Amino acid sequence: MEELNHKPRSPYYRALLRRMVTVIIVVSFTPMILITWGLLYQFKTLYHEKVYAHLGEIVQKHRQNIDTFLEERLADVRFLATNFTFEQLADEAFLKQKLLALEAEHGSVFTDLGVIDEKGHQLAYAGPFKLEKANYESAEWFRKAILSQYYISDVFLGLRGSPHFIIAVRSETETMSFLLRATINFEAFNSLVENLRIGETGFAFILNRDGKFQTKPSIQITEEQARGYLKEYLLLKDKSHIAEEPDVSGKPVIHVSSLLKNGEWLMIFQQNASDVFHDFIRARLIALLISIVGGGAIIVTAYVISKRMVKIIAKTDDENRMMNQQVIETGKLASIGELAAGIAHEINNPVAIMVEEAGWIEDLLEEEEFKESKNLEELKRALTQINTQGKRCKGITHKLLSFARKTDSKIHNVEINTLIKEIVSISIQMAKYSNINIETELQEGLPYVEISPAEMQQVLLNLFNNAIYAMEKTGGTIKIGTKLSQLEKDTIVIIVEDNGPGIPESNLPRIFDPFFTTKPVGKGTGLGLSICYGIVQKMGGKIDVQSAVDVGTRFRIWIPFQKEGVQEPEDIKNV
Amino acid sequence: MPVTGEHKERAIRLLLVDDEAGYVNVLANRLSRRGFQVRKTYGGTEAIQVLRKEDFDVGLLDLKMEDMDGIEVLKIFRKMAPEMTIIMLTGHGSERAAQEGVALGAFDYLTKPCDLEELVAKIREAYQFNKQS
Repeated sequence: MEELNHKPRSPYYRALLRRMVTVIIVVSFTPMILITWGLLYQFKTLYHEKVYAHLGEIVQKHRQNIDTFLEERLADVRFLATNFTFEQLADEAFLKQKLLALEAEHGSVFTDLGVIDEKGHQLAYAGPFKLEKANYESAEWFRKAILSQYYISDVFLGLRGSPHFIIAVRSETETMSFLLRATINFEAFNSLVENLRIGETGFAFILNRDGKFQTKPSIQITEEQARGYLKEYLLLKDKSHIAEEPDVSGKPVIHVSSLLKNGEWLMIFQQNASDVFHDFIRARLIALLISIVGGGAIIVTAYVISKRMVKIIAKTDDENRMMNQQVIETGKLASIGELAAGIAHEINNPVAIMVEEAGWIEDLLEEEEFKESKNLEELKRALTQINTQGKRCKGITHKLLSFARKTDSKIHNVEINTLIKEIVSISIQMAKYSNINIETELQEGLPYVEISPAEMQQVLLNLFNNAIYAMEKTGGTIKIGTKLSQLEKDTIVIIVEDNGPGIPESNLPRIFDPFFTTKPVGKGTGLGLSICYGIVQKMGGKIDVQSAVDVGTRFRIWIPFQKEGVQEPEDIKNV
Repeated sequence: MPVTGEHKERAIRLLLVDDEAGYVNVLANRLSRRGFQVRKTYGGTEAIQVLRKEDFDVGLLDLKMEDMDGIEVLKIFRKMAPEMTIIMLTGHGSERAAQEGVALGAFDYLTKPCDLEELVAKIREAYQFNKQS
């Protein structure tokens, strides 16, 4: 029975497991990856559009704020220039008073005020610097300002040596023109621009047409970048522009540019892409994490399910193999049985004739003419021998036919322990001659089994006889035990064990084969165990053998029983 | 064969039916020696032909024959000669057929090869049974 050694870890099942896992993973991952990729792509596009629109809007608003700021400051200066006379404005005390008024209204936005004639001489000055008699004739802003109604300069250092810019308004008396000039506090303006802070890295700054900073950016901008922005400057007209490009360190940076101050300045808002898309990146990360966790779960599940399936398949295969083995065994027995029955019939007649003929000779020897024969006794002995051997033939054919037909198989409810005690009492005498002990170890309270007692008797007697035969010369112990099976449901196990010479391993697989015997010719037919096998099979049970040379042999018989309610024929739960 | 004179009444008339000629012959010899009047037939058809002309007390009928099935022969015998009691001879293992024969009116059956003394006893028993009924 070495075919029963099942190997669920054989290469075949490993390959099967691999194939199943692969198929499950591919089938579940492909759509997951496609859908995730598609959704992320769609989401990214939409999110970018939305973020760009939002940034554009913010920057536009801010640009308007700055423009408004400049216009309002210009309006403040114009108000002074138009509503007060030159004489009033040239009065430094008056000018100081106005500066204080402006400061009161706007805080420290205005640094100073000055009145400058057409030659560039500062006629009056109110402010923290000592610039009373300064001459601006050669200053660029002055030359531009004197030619137009009003002028807002770029940021420059000027005479005071600190960054500032100027709002100048030209006004005229009957005899001359003069400029009312106000200086805007750089810090105040800077902070106005700096107010535009979004996220952690978003900041704004302003460039003029020459690429000079009009505010102080909080992050160093390289010249190259500044030149890049300047190019956009030239392309831009009124609209704002959004672009994404890598910065010096290679990280993607998003910047929004927008023109202000009638196209003289370019406001640029810049933010790291990672900051802008922070939410999106986080969402993507979460999606990725979910995918990884889900993917892991799929892989684990695929593996676990496949493993379970392969286990079931392997078990089914094993059962099939065992079933086939049993079918083969049974088929072998059946065909041998048919053959045996045929042979038995064929042999029966000649043997009958031989025995009768011998009997006839015996009859004839009664006649007077043979009475004197000196060989009479020898003849009679020979005839007796023919008779005996004929009966032996009959015994053999009898065994063959009972193997084939399994006669006398009326089924009763049998108390197996009682049956065993009977058999032990029969065998114990024969065992004593060979110095063999029989020990019993019977579990009490076993349920009844529905079997033919005669057949069971035959099986056990066969095993006993074999054991006794094996230990005939050496003596030993036969143990017979019964118990409920631990592994099989509703099954009783009968164990017949001896400590005899054992069965060589090479003989074990053939031990249940018909006509297999190790007894000397004429001593055994080789049918005993195969009859046992057939009977146990018919009972719905099974028999196996374990043996080791010089240790002993153990036969185990499993006999199923029906649970309570056997007496009720309607109970057909056990199918 | 000389009939021994130990019987006061007439000899029991036996009809032997078996397709094994060797068996029929030796059995006839041995039974004749024991005082029976034996008619040998070697098949079902021959036996039926013989039965048309002669009467018998007991029939010994083999169950397995080449030309006719023993059970069929038995049925015909029962119709043709209901007064004849029939003992069937079977090979071991055909007890079921033999039991069927008993159900069909055979007196009893014996398995081959059988002990001659047993057979003789059975024949006498059958004859007694025949006489009583």
